[in-house]
Amino acid sequence: MYKYDTYDQAMVDARVEEFRDQVRRRLEGHITEDQFKPLRLMNGLYLQLHAYMLRVAIPYGTLSSAQMRMLGDIADKYDRGYGHFTTRQNIQYNWIKLEDAGDILADLASVEMHAIQTSGNCIRNTTSDQYAGAAADEVVDPRPYAELIRQWSTFHPEFSFLPRKFKMAVIASDIDRAAMKLHDIGIQIVKNEAGEIGAAFYVGGGMGRTPMIAPCINPFVPIDQFITYSEACLRVYNRYGRRDNKYKARIKILVHELGKDEYTRQVEEEFAHLLSQNIEPPLAELERIKAMFADPPFEAGAPDELDRSDPDFALWVDNNCVTHKQPGYIAATISLKPVGGIPGDASGEQIRLMADLAKQYSFDELRVTHAQNIVLPHVKKADLYTLWQVLEANGLGTPNLDLVGDIIACPGLDYCSLANARSIPVAQKISQRLSDKQQEIGELKLKISGCINACGHHHAGHIGILGVDRKGVENYQLLLGGSEAADTSLGQITGPGFDEDGIVDAVEKATQVYLANKEGTERFLDTYRRIGMAPFKEALYG
Amino acid sequence: MAEVQFRFRNDEPVADPAVTVDSFGEQSNAAAVRLEPGDDARDLIPHLDRLQLIEVNFPVFGDGRGYSAARILREAGYAGELRAVGDVLVDQIAFLRRCGFDAFAPEVPLDPADAEAAFNRFAEVYQPTTDGRAAIWAKRHG
Amino acid sequence: MKILTGNDLKTGAVTWWDGVQWSLHVEDAVDVGDHADTILAREMAARRVNAAYAIEAVKDEQGVRPAHIKDRIRALGPTVRPDLTLKPADPTAGDWVI
Repeated sequence: MYKYDTYDQAMVDARVEEFRDQVRRRLEGHITEDQFKPLRLMNGLYLQLHAYMLRVAIPYGTLSSAQMRMLGDIADKYDRGYGHFTTRQNIQYNWIKLEDAGDILADLASVEMHAIQTSGNCIRNTTSDQYAGAAADEVVDPRPYAELIRQWSTFHPEFSFLPRKFKMAVIASDIDRAAMKLHDIGIQIVKNEAGEIGAAFYVGGGMGRTPMIAPCINPFVPIDQFITYSEACLRVYNRYGRRDNKYKARIKILVHELGKDEYTRQVEEEFAHLLSQNIEPPLAELERIKAMFADPPFEAGAPDELDRSDPDFALWVDNNCVTHKQPGYIAATISLKPVGGIPGDASGEQIRLMADLAKQYSFDELRVTHAQNIVLPHVKKADLYTLWQVLEANGLGTPNLDLVGDIIACPGLDYCSLANARSIPVAQKISQRLSDKQQEIGELKLKISGCINACGHHHAGHIGILGVDRKGVENYQLLLGGSEAADTSLGQITGPGFDEDGIVDAVEKATQVYLANKEGTERFLDTYRRIGMAPFKEALYG
Repeated sequence: MAEVQFRFRNDEPVADPAVTVDSFGEQSNAAAVRLEPGDDARDLIPHLDRLQLIEVNFPVFGDGRGYSAARILREAGYAGELRAVGDVLVDQIAFLRRCGFDAFAPEVPLDPADAEAAFNRFAEVYQPTTDGRAAIWAKRHG
Repeated sequence: MKILTGNDLKTGAVTWWDGVQWSLHVEDAVDVGDHADTILAREMAARRVNAAYAIEAVKDEQGVRPAHIKDRIRALGPTVRPDLTLKPADPTAGDWVI
């Protein structure tokens, strides 16, 4: 894992003092709310429905147990005993006092964490593959590249007042577990035929009100130029992205309006110029970072067999664990989606327990997934049963990864000032309704957003739900056929929306259509792609 | 016209008023020009040797195009005064300075103590720009 | 009726204008008639409230009921965590929101 040196530490410490000073100036009336808002947002502090909300960055979703423990402590000390893990691999606290914000940041800084650029029109926290460093299919560990992006983007002087927010993701395998093509810049680290490492750039993806899949604008940027290339992508956007309409200000609109070819031409021109400016970090810096992501000391020859005699354990293993690159190890997902629970929420106590388990069983490491779960990336198979028993005893053993109960949901109108409808109650009802059927239904990614901003990734759900406000009443649209994986696609709306109970019925009907039409080992998404929308429409509205 | 509140240069300020980019093209003797957010800074590059002052206007602080304009001008070798004018707030000035601005004429004057703190807040920087500060990357591997 | 709501600047807590000061309880909200803009400008300038705005509401036997569900959720608390609302002991409190 990455460890701060004195430079990194000085940076976050200075940020704490800067923010304390900004809060002081606001409380004393030296700056207005209009002036303060972008400053607090650039530090992840929102004013939501019930209180201030603080979004803490978890760079590329990787945490040590000490960091995780601190997140649990903050939940208890400054919030109401829980936190919410988000689709951008971050954590949010819902009940923060402005006057406490500086102290929270200081606590975070003590474990090499921060809330820098977790909101605002700047480069946000970079996300990555939750199995990075453990996945059997990766070309390299993508996180050193994400860490380099973190440093480059932190307080970037030119890109702190972009037309709109800017999200980047880095992966390094063909299977996309980070929705890479739905980011402003998605980078896939690749190896060319000569065996050299490079970065494929996908620019202009995103969800929100105009969902778009990012086109590849350069399939291979040499790795010792990829920060410069990123700078070129950003500079063209900063100069020419639309600023007249916030709904058209994301880079996807610029790429769309200019056309991929013209945008690429401008980037390549800027890139050629910037190469002469020597802004690329030295390769030695990448090597320094890489050394910190070296494999943990795996035990050679650790037994690769599992005792599957406990059927509940076997079910959990089959659903929640994935193959590890190291024989004798496994990557285990802790579902934060108990039946009827609030997706992504964890209590301070649960967070600390997961921290302890990571320390004991996963080389001190955890990951947050974009599906709002937690991963213990390096568990020895010999320890897995013991680990599972602890999880099971503490309500963290739900065996539903990628099943219909593993719902992604934004906070919705229960918490969020932008929301038009509540997301969580819908997730809870669907989870309860289909809990007995979910093993039979198999992989089904259900994603719920409470407004068009799409924090719940509804466009990319095999089944997506979008909450809207219809004359003051919550209403829910149903979408089918989205995917955030390597076969990225955007869901299509089925037709007229439903009320809260109606949408739960509609989801159940959609799963029935699938089960009735399923051929062989087809997933819901496969069947939908084969038979199309019509049979679903017929069942829903016929 | 707002006063220059901070200036990090030793030469005499230019007395000429800054002209717009459009009229600059016609006035071959103008030494001062004012860039608006929509202007292309690169249009000035052929004329940098005769320019002594470039003002970059920030009509609203959230419009960050002027940051790119400044870096482009400095990267092209412009050594004259680069002045940020308009809605220039205390929490922007350190970024502006890093992008190459060496003079600040905020519409509403800044609290001098706050500005002093802002200019000096971050002892280290991650990114190299043309401001001459060594980036952390360079220091780590110097 | 027209009532005023916002958040406390320091704590972020939801507050309602009761005619004299800002209350945590929507039941205390008073009709401000045509004075919304004047009160809002004065109170925000004095930093007694943050991000405040005027909304429509009705008064019935249960008290003051904001017209929009968003403000009813603000008035009570998250519907999915009754334990964290202003009425944790009342399991049916959430019905008022819907």
